[in-house]
Amino acid sequence: MVKLKQISVFLENKSGRLSELTRVLGEHNINIRALSIADTEDFGILRLIVNDPEEAWKVLKERGFTVSETRIIAVEIPDVPGGLAKVLEILEAHAINIEYIYAFVSKSQDNAVVVFRVEDIDNAVKILQEKGFHLLNGEEIY
Amino acid sequence: MIWNLEYESMSRPRLADLQSKRLQEIVAKVHAKVPYYRQKMEEAGIKPEDIRSLDDLVHLPFTTKEDLRENYPFGLFAAPMEEVVRIHASSGTTGKMTVVGYTRNDINIWAQVMARTLACAGGTANDRIQVAYGYGLFTGGLGVHYGAEMMGATVIPISGGNTKRQIQIMKDFAATILACTPSYALYLAEGAAEEGIDPRELPLRAGIFGAEPWSVNMRKEIEEKLGITAIDIYGLSEVIGPGVASECLEQNGLHVFEDHFFVEVVDPETGKQLPPGEKGELVFTTLTKEAFPVIRYRTKDISILYPEPCACGRTMTRMHRILGRTDDMLIIRGINVFPTQIESALLEIGETEPHYMLVVDRQKQLDELEVWVEVSEDLFSDEVRKMEHLESRIKQKIESSLGIGVRVKLVEPKTIPRSEGKAKRVVDRRDIYG
Repeated sequence: MVKLKQISVFLENKSGRLSELTRVLGEHNINIRALSIADTEDFGILRLIVNDPEEAWKVLKERGFTVSETRIIAVEIPDVPGGLAKVLEILEAHAINIEYIYAFVSKSQDNAVVVFRVEDIDNAVKILQEKGFHLLNGEEIY
Repeated sequence: MIWNLEYESMSRPRLADLQSKRLQEIVAKVHAKVPYYRQKMEEAGIKPEDIRSLDDLVHLPFTTKEDLRENYPFGLFAAPMEEVVRIHASSGTTGKMTVVGYTRNDINIWAQVMARTLACAGGTANDRIQVAYGYGLFTGGLGVHYGAEMMGATVIPISGGNTKRQIQIMKDFAATILACTPSYALYLAEGAAEEGIDPRELPLRAGIFGAEPWSVNMRKEIEEKLGITAIDIYGLSEVIGPGVASECLEQNGLHVFEDHFFVEVVDPETGKQLPPGEKGELVFTTLTKEAFPVIRYRTKDISILYPEPCACGRTMTRMHRILGRTDDMLIIRGINVFPTQIESALLEIGETEPHYMLVVDRQKQLDELEVWVEVSEDLFSDEVRKMEHLESRIKQKIESSLGIGVRVKLVEPKTIPRSEGKAKRVVDRRDIYG
């Protein structure tokens, strides 16, 4: 399974919200593998890849956060100049729209890992795998 | 100067006679011409003949905004449309407007009471009156305009907005009286300062300010910053528009123009008429209007009546400046806003009604309305683009329903305080009744 679960949380731009969220996850032994925050003047959207998405979804909801689950892919990319550009070229050539990307906190060996949220995820998986890219699966992440 | 010396200084007994006669006429008229009033009177077991004096008024049923809404748009008109020369309207609780009409004679009465208002502020034919109230369905602009023309003053019909131009014209045309909302008056004062103009050095000497409640402190601030006498005026479109009551230069209560508008104060809970000096809800009966008479109209504005004579020479009862509301209506930049209007706009957005709260503040002298909307799961998307789209959709819906600009702020669930299961809908940070 290479279509990974990502947890997204709605956060108001006010102090203490992010630290409370990470504390909740910590208390439940949930480890963050990758994260990104998209923010506007008033609010932010936190996106998380964690080791146990079901549990994270449950505990955050219990604490009153607005949470949603999205499917993303995590692509291993050679950690060399132009590495990311190659993947983007392929997606562009196949007219696959990217909603957003962000990078993993840790590297796997000599590769960087980049998260892609795309419109047509099945097509993206097929094309990238055909081109020989390694997409991380659930076991490698969780 | 007193504009209608004969009426405005009439002895109380003579005034009571006049009112009594006019009341009987208007009751007979609405009974004959407006089926809705007739039906309400029949239900209450009242015939026009039963109203023989002012004391009998209490037997008549009240008229409320709901009655007006049920008869949208022209159901309560007592004159045929061919005699109606003007329509005005104000916003209602559920998006449906309150529509009022005027015959030529009504327009004339309105101009007279507005000329009285301007005279109350010391106005004469020599004045130049900058009308910065909005023109249009709102009664403010045209109400002052006709009164000023009747007085023979020079009208500058600039309407609302465009602060820079307001200041330029105030200076170049040497305006002497300003008519706008009190908050806009302060906004103009600040705007002038930014342009490097000291408004205290301009010929402007008085202002007639209304359409929203304002505090004693605010009056002090306006008078200091603009170097003028600030006069509080009162009115509502359901009764006629501006011109229902006005302070005189004594600045100690607003004279109600009682020969045209009979005023009562009632207990908002029981509807019982209260004696002078007691605080309650203002209720008006129009005594002379033809197209849109109202009988015992509940304003939901809270005030106190003082019938004692005034040093200015007018005998007309004075009402205290508005002390509050009996409902949750907000007045923002002179526009009536009901939380229920926002509720119905929000209902069109999500599948379930999101929790919301209104935060009203005065930034740089101008009212700002912020609508906080809790983001429930069915509204949430993890794409910023979609959330921003949601925000602007909510903004558009609310703005088209209210007719004023708002700022929408998306907030986390449960951040809006709830009291006894019902959310607290309004936080008003302005000090307007102080």
